[in-house]
Amino acid sequence: MPKDGIGASTKRREDIRFLTGKGRYTDDINLHGQAYVHFLRADVAHATLNGIETQDAASMPGVLRVFTATDFDGVGGLPCGWQITDRKGQPMQEPKHPIMAEGKIRHVGEIVAAVVAETLDQARDAAEAIVLDYDELPAVIDMKAAVQEDAPRVHDDLTSNLCYDWGFVEENKAAVDEAFLAADHVTTLELVNNRLVANPMEPRVAIGDYAAHDDSSTLYTTSQNPHVIRLLMGAFVLGIPEHKLRVVAPDVGGGFGTKIFHYAEEAFCTFAAKQLKRPVKWTSTRSEAFMSDAHGRDHVTKIQLALDAENNFTALRTDTYANMGAYLSTFAPSVPTWLHGTLMAGNYRTPLIYVNVKAVFTNTVPVDAYRGAGRPEATFQLERVIDKAARELGVDPAELRRQNFIRKDQFPYATPVAVEYDTGDYEATLNKALELSDYAGFANRHAESQARGKLRGIGLAHYIEACGIAPSNLVGQLGARAGLYESATVRVNATGGIVVMTGSHSHGQGHETSFPQVIAQMIGIEPDQVEIVHGDTANTPMGMGTYGSRSIAVGGSAMVRATEKIISKAKKIAAHILEASDADIELKDGKFSVAGTDKSLNWGDVTLAAYVPHNYPLTDLEPGLEETAFYDPSNFTYPSGCYICEVEIDPDTGKVTIERFTAADDFGNVINPMIVEGQVQGGVAQGIGQALLENCTYDSEGQLLSASYMDYAMPRASDVPMITVDHSCQTPCTHNPLGVKGCGEAGAIGSPPAVINAVLDAMHRAGKPVAHIDMPVTPAKVWAAMNA
Amino acid sequence: MYNFDFVKPSTVEEAVAALQDDEAQPLSGGQTLIPSMKQRLNAPGTLVSLLGIEALKGISVSDGVMTIGGTTTHATVAAQADAYPALAYLAGQIGDPAVRNRGTIGGSLANNDPAACYPAAALASGATIVTNTREIAADDFFQGMFTTDLEEGEIITAVKFPIPEAANYQKFEQPASRFALTAVFVAKYADGVRVAITGASEEGVFRWAEAEDALSNSFSAEALSALAVPANDMITDLHGTAEYRAHLCKVLTGRAVSAIS
Ligand SMILES: Cc1cc2nc3c(=O)[nH]c(=O)nc-3n(C[C@H](O)[C@H](O)[C@H](O)COP(=O)(O)OP(=O)(O)OC[C@H]3O[C@@H](n4cnc5c(N)ncnc54)[C@H](O)[C@@H]3O)c2cc1C
Repeated sequence: MPKDGIGASTKRREDIRFLTGKGRYTDDINLHGQAYVHFLRADVAHATLNGIETQDAASMPGVLRVFTATDFDGVGGLPCGWQITDRKGQPMQEPKHPIMAEGKIRHVGEIVAAVVAETLDQARDAAEAIVLDYDELPAVIDMKAAVQEDAPRVHDDLTSNLCYDWGFVEENKAAVDEAFLAADHVTTLELVNNRLVANPMEPRVAIGDYAAHDDSSTLYTTSQNPHVIRLLMGAFVLGIPEHKLRVVAPDVGGGFGTKIFHYAEEAFCTFAAKQLKRPVKWTSTRSEAFMSDAHGRDHVTKIQLALDAENNFTALRTDTYANMGAYLSTFAPSVPTWLHGTLMAGNYRTPLIYVNVKAVFTNTVPVDAYRGAGRPEATFQLERVIDKAARELGVDPAELRRQNFIRKDQFPYATPVAVEYDTGDYEATLNKALELSDYAGFANRHAESQARGKLRGIGLAHYIEACGIAPSNLVGQLGARAGLYESATVRVNATGGIVVMTGSHSHGQGHETSFPQVIAQMIGIEPDQVEIVHGDTANTPMGMGTYGSRSIAVGGSAMVRATEKIISKAKKIAAHILEASDADIELKDGKFSVAGTDKSLNWGDVTLAAYVPHNYPLTDLEPGLEETAFYDPSNFTYPSGCYICEVEIDPDTGKVTIERFTAADDFGNVINPMIVEGQVQGGVAQGIGQALLENCTYDSEGQLLSASYMDYAMPRASDVPMITVDHSCQTPCTHNPLGVKGCGEAGAIGSPPAVINAVLDAMHRAGKPVAHIDMPVTPAKVWAAMNA
Repeated sequence: MYNFDFVKPSTVEEAVAALQDDEAQPLSGGQTLIPSMKQRLNAPGTLVSLLGIEALKGISVSDGVMTIGGTTTHATVAAQADAYPALAYLAGQIGDPAVRNRGTIGGSLANNDPAACYPAAALASGATIVTNTREIAADDFFQGMFTTDLEEGEIITAVKFPIPEAANYQKFEQPASRFALTAVFVAKYADGVRVAITGASEEGVFRWAEAEDALSNSFSAEALSALAVPANDMITDLHGTAEYRAHLCKVLTGRAVSAIS
């Protein structure tokens, strides 16, 4: 057995290059003759754009060309990858999303013009000479105001600011309403899921390049899914066939969802490079990132839970307003619907569920998937309303959950919101978390805090998520305009080393370490014999990239399937050389042997024979050892877990500190426990950020108030406690070959409700009961709530 | 950033001469000025770096007064101002290591950010701001947000802090920037107590006179119990209301006093 196969906490091999400054990020790429673009961005939220005066700018030193919306003849708008059908069976309203503002400015940060020049400073200087002629319009910011009849329209060609009014499951609505009438207890909660900015450490970068000799274009970009960008930009925006377009996403410094989408800057650089016959580079400043990277979350929700006299959940109903921003970003419509409504059953047996979502256009930056995407929004409201119900009923929140769990013996379990959970054991993670957090010992710690004049509270939250996105035929029925399989080509070289070309993309997840562990295990060689190649459409098979915790579950499965083909072929070669039947060949520890004999061949002997086929079954078998597999999952995977948070509050200042945090997750089988632990810790840090610190804020005029780190609070090391992470509760996925579920988003999904439940628990215990405080629970808000 | 000229004189006289140019501006640690230039919010024609002037660096103590050169970094004060521990502590709370290794006391006081730390220490200590032309009492120096008594081209060469019997700095951080959301510096001298508050007021750093009187009579947190800072002039922003800041003024003053007594 390889010493670093499945289950080994191998150190991340990519970290050597990242930590020694040898990573090769998009901004590290500089092409011969490269020019630079500076985008002039709107500083008002809503305006009629009458004209743009570019003449002075165009004649400034170093300027190659100034572009405005009228320069994109034959260029399409940025496509939306998901169409939602509303309650009445009508398609959502889908406005054009131009590369630059056409006739109207719709959000602060929207591109109105672009200057390409020899240097970036020259481009910036020239941009200052551009004169915009516009008439400001009243901005539409608040979602509920936006859907009023007389609200100003973000898009004049739409009938309203409502993108869609979605009901799920519409047929259940009447039954749900009846169950509420029959309920013994109804708990109601209104809450906001705060708007966030993803803030990956590496800002976005795009470099367009055009090769006249073969009329081909290359885009280097900070993307989580270069093939998706190639398809969307090539087919829908620029009209370049895939064989003339290459998209490269090299080392990418964090994505968190915000680098899934196809952005205007990518299309612009590719387009301008061809026009100017010069490479064109754009590197986002942090300020630009705040107003041009797709934002996350931003839901306003009313949720109601109905219970019977025995405290069983009988029905659940939610009304959500989901902010789309000014345009539909690539996957925006799917987030509040299929990634959110389908998760409303959570870990519970609630038999009747109805979810209504109104997606709304506003004069703000587009909103799209951010770590968890829809699932954190679902989990937060559900786990908050359950805690509120427990408080109202005077029962222990852990026990109310336990009572309503889907039981271990009920899987596979079809929820009333269209998904079927394959496996799970929610009591196991609950018990594990209660044990690891020393739930029973809380009273002592509470007394100790109290003696120091502090409030102390404990809160828990369960979560379920749908990962391993996704069965293509299913998502197609739900409105996806893409398939969601994954691909891998496994190329075995003559001397036995292996290169895996995967359609997955690593931007921090550690694929280069964990993927080889799987192959090492399957063949019985060491992982350092395996190299992972990703991120370049020129040398990887068409794949859908990395998001939705899908890499190991879908991309890893494709790699397993391709490796199975390799092993099957290698056995045939071995059988030929060993003069045995292939059914008798066994592969173990990198050795092929004939069962029941001492005849064997090493892995390298067989791989060499595949490429030097002298003694080879050429009539039956092609030479070479290279296989490709495309894997389309038959279901989502359903990781779940229980998070317990313990906080202390300083009553004089309202400051919340997280004293303890426990995460007990069920990710099914785990390839590299250390990487999984890191993913959970990072996710929890982001969840703590959302719960305590981060808030993207607009004023009523549509100005972005939290437009830099001076006002947008990111979590730092001192905000994040030591986290106890456990993934010993494992109910392997039943439908993928590795039995894996995915772990990338769990931390960000389960932690916000655990933190908020703990804060409110502390206040309750101190005789300051408050039904709810919206995130982030800043010191000022906590203090105000306690002194209301 | 726009183009600019850069000079690095080695004496105060040369620096003052270079600053006669209307477009010239002194540069110290650059932790405030450079970011604003990068954002093109500030466009000096010439930057006159003060960092080549040896006479502006370092800390000395004599006759109960600590004198800190205008270009002394926060890191140096944090490490070497042993004779005035509360001041050393304050310097160690500014920003992060990179900021502390570059940023200077002269730059901080000249900038007079309403959420900056040093103004509270200078005002609470009754410090004297020494320039190339004169000496300015802290009480006269700070004139509201980002405004000081400095003339065009005037350079802070040193700051003189009378060392108190005891002092304490309580900083409550703004969650995003980690500047002071509100911070209080309490300094106890033989002839009375001074309390200066930063981060809270629309008028910038200020002295809380009622607290000073009460504490000069009886130096204990209880002495503050009947007092309250009025909320009218306090800042309301994303991170806290005027009422919250007014409340913090009292809480933090009490904590500073408790820490001393
Ligand atoms: C990330 C970050 C965090 C920070 N956190 C804090 C914090 O928590 N608390 C805090 O108090 N500050 C904080 N600061 C500000 C920091 O302390 C700065 O160093 C300081 O405000 C300015 O000092 P400087 O030497 O960098 O001045 P510079 O940026 O060089 O100059 C600032 C201004 O003062 C003028 N000037 C500089 N020196 C003199 C002089 N000797 N005489 C006359 N005019 C002069 C300049 O012309 C300029 O207008 C932070 C800064 C950053 C970047």
